[in-house]
Amino acid sequence: MNAVSRNELKALRAVLEIDVNNHPGVMSHIVGLFARRACNVEGILCLPVGDGRQSRIWLLVNEDGRLAQMIRQVDKLEDVLAIRRHAGDHAVFAGLTDHFRP
Amino acid sequence: MTETLTGARITVRLLERQGIGLVTGYPGGAILPIYDALAQSTTIRHVLARHEQGAGFIAQGMARASGEVAVCLASSGPGATNLLTAIADAKLDSIPLVAITGQVPKAMIGTDAFQEVDTYGLTVPITKHNFLVSSAEELLEVIPRAFAIAASGRPGPVLIDIPKDVQNQAIEVAAWPAPGGRQLPPPAPGDDLAAAASLINAARRPLLYLGGGVIHSGAAAAAVDLAEKANLPTVMTLMALGAMPVDHPLSLGMLGMHGARYCNLALDECDLLIALGARFDDRATGKVAAFCPQAKIVHIDIDPAELDKIKTAHVGITADVGEALARLLPLVARNPRSAWVERIDQLKREFPQALPGLDDPRSHFGLIRTVAACLDDDAVIATDVGQHQMWVAQAYPLRRPRQWLTSGGLGTMGFGVPAAIGAALAAPQRTVVCFTGDGSILMNLQELVTAGEENVNIKIVLMNNAVLGLVHQQQTLFYGERLFASQFRALPDFCKAAQALGIAAVDLDAAANPCAALVEAIARPGPCLIHASIDAGEKVYPMVPPGAANRDMIGA
Ligand SMILES: Cc1ncc(C[n+]2csc(CCOP(=O)(O)OP(=O)(O)O)c2C)c(N)n1
Repeated sequence: MNAVSRNELKALRAVLEIDVNNHPGVMSHIVGLFARRACNVEGILCLPVGDGRQSRIWLLVNEDGRLAQMIRQVDKLEDVLAIRRHAGDHAVFAGLTDHFRP
Repeated sequence: MTETLTGARITVRLLERQGIGLVTGYPGGAILPIYDALAQSTTIRHVLARHEQGAGFIAQGMARASGEVAVCLASSGPGATNLLTAIADAKLDSIPLVAITGQVPKAMIGTDAFQEVDTYGLTVPITKHNFLVSSAEELLEVIPRAFAIAASGRPGPVLIDIPKDVQNQAIEVAAWPAPGGRQLPPPAPGDDLAAAASLINAARRPLLYLGGGVIHSGAAAAAVDLAEKANLPTVMTLMALGAMPVDHPLSLGMLGMHGARYCNLALDECDLLIALGARFDDRATGKVAAFCPQAKIVHIDIDPAELDKIKTAHVGITADVGEALARLLPLVARNPRSAWVERIDQLKREFPQALPGLDDPRSHFGLIRTVAACLDDDAVIATDVGQHQMWVAQAYPLRRPRQWLTSGGLGTMGFGVPAAIGAALAAPQRTVVCFTGDGSILMNLQELVTAGEENVNIKIVLMNNAVLGLVHQQQTLFYGERLFASQFRALPDFCKAAQALGIAAVDLDAAANPCAALVEAIARPGPCLIHASIDAGEKVYPMVPPGAANRDMIGA
């Protein structure tokens, strides 16, 4: 990530915040929508929220003309409760670099 | 009253509570508990297909003809994989199905157990939603929900994978959930409807573009009302044929790759396109940049992900088409629009759809029209996939929503015969005709046995050109006439094959009077194969070459 400056990140990437029902299979439904378009998901974070019946998935994806439509498709999934789009430099992935040294 | 029931009995009871009277499927080890419970049901009849793909398409035929959610069953492993094509087909054409598959016991999942396959994983991209059930209790929630999901919003297939131990698990059931039904989406926003109405009222050359969603939503009559009130010439996708009678004065028939020239040329001239329950599929639009180049777009669809996907709408409305139309209609002004209607009539006169040989029942169009002349609008018309499908779409006088069953989005050869069986099972009072080809019929030929066993009233019109016609046509036109793998060197005697599989057969080639033979075969109740040879050199025209703009149609 250090090769890419924050501003570049902002332009090239987008961060998606997705609230889902927490059960096996949710992740494959979501990432499948990106994979079928040969759209690489650059980063994934997922943890349960509250009592664990729901979880939140954060995705770091490349900015892509098709993103708006993909977001609508994600939103349509039965297990997706909400999806929000943030700028590519959103803080959620920023603190993680230490865990990703080669 | 509390009852102790197994997961299998709970499943069957929940299907009964959904009002399901007919299911189709094919048994195997991992779904035997459910089959055993099904055997004890007094209200659900099971139709045994001869291949799981056949079962999937029989269920589709039931759903397409009736508009209701249909159910099919299969075992684990090969049973489930055989279902996949029919499920994918239902996804692309938005057909409400609930497919129930058996799975190996939970403890064996992931061990490469006998007949274990990751049905859940395989069906993620081809279902609207899917479930792997992990306890008998869960069935009480999952099954009604599956029906609600299949029927609500944009309809689609839902798969429920049930491990064998869950089917055998006995639990106490104290209360039953309400059956799952169609939930209505929020109403169309009033200001968007007003904006749509003002675009329609201001347009000089508007066109109405109807897609399969109009059929699914039960909005065909409302769409015709709108067209008539505002004098909107109307085009239909393959999936929407019958939404407006194709011989209605405002109808331009099917648009796109094999649409009439006047239809595609009218689209070129329109200044407003009102898309209802349509998704701008590439076979409809041709080269998108050249599709309706002058037009503003009003797009109403129940699926928000369809709006702005291919074409950006000036007014995009997420709503049930029927609900939106009911409220749009009063906002739209009566308008004779004489100049535009006259221009459309002129296009129809100048660039008519060529239907050569209409009065010769031994030619493709003549055969289709002769069949039509034997039937009224109550008949259901199913097709397979190929030239015959397009010729029927071009020439059959479709006049009623749900009259027309065809595999549009996936274009699956083998769809026709089982879908026709399903339609006949769902609507036993109707005559069901299936137009098929010599390639397509062989893809689910085994279902003739099912047709015979159930004695369904289907007439299979086999247009035999001894080639894979549509492939043959593309190789002829676009691959330097290098015909490869598209001509059959061996063909069965189809009439004998049909008879051997248990249904009647009539060979029009051998009939002294083919019209009389056809009338007789169609009038006689029960399943019948009607065989007719067709010239392999015939093409589907006009045709938009792949990737070209619709205006650059070739042929006729
Ligand atoms: C399952 C499947 N495999 C292959 C195709 C590709 N395909 C489309 S039309 C066609 C030929 C169909 O031949 P036939 O059923 O004889 O009909 P015809 O075109 O001759 O009327 C083929 C091979 C398909 N649509 N479906």
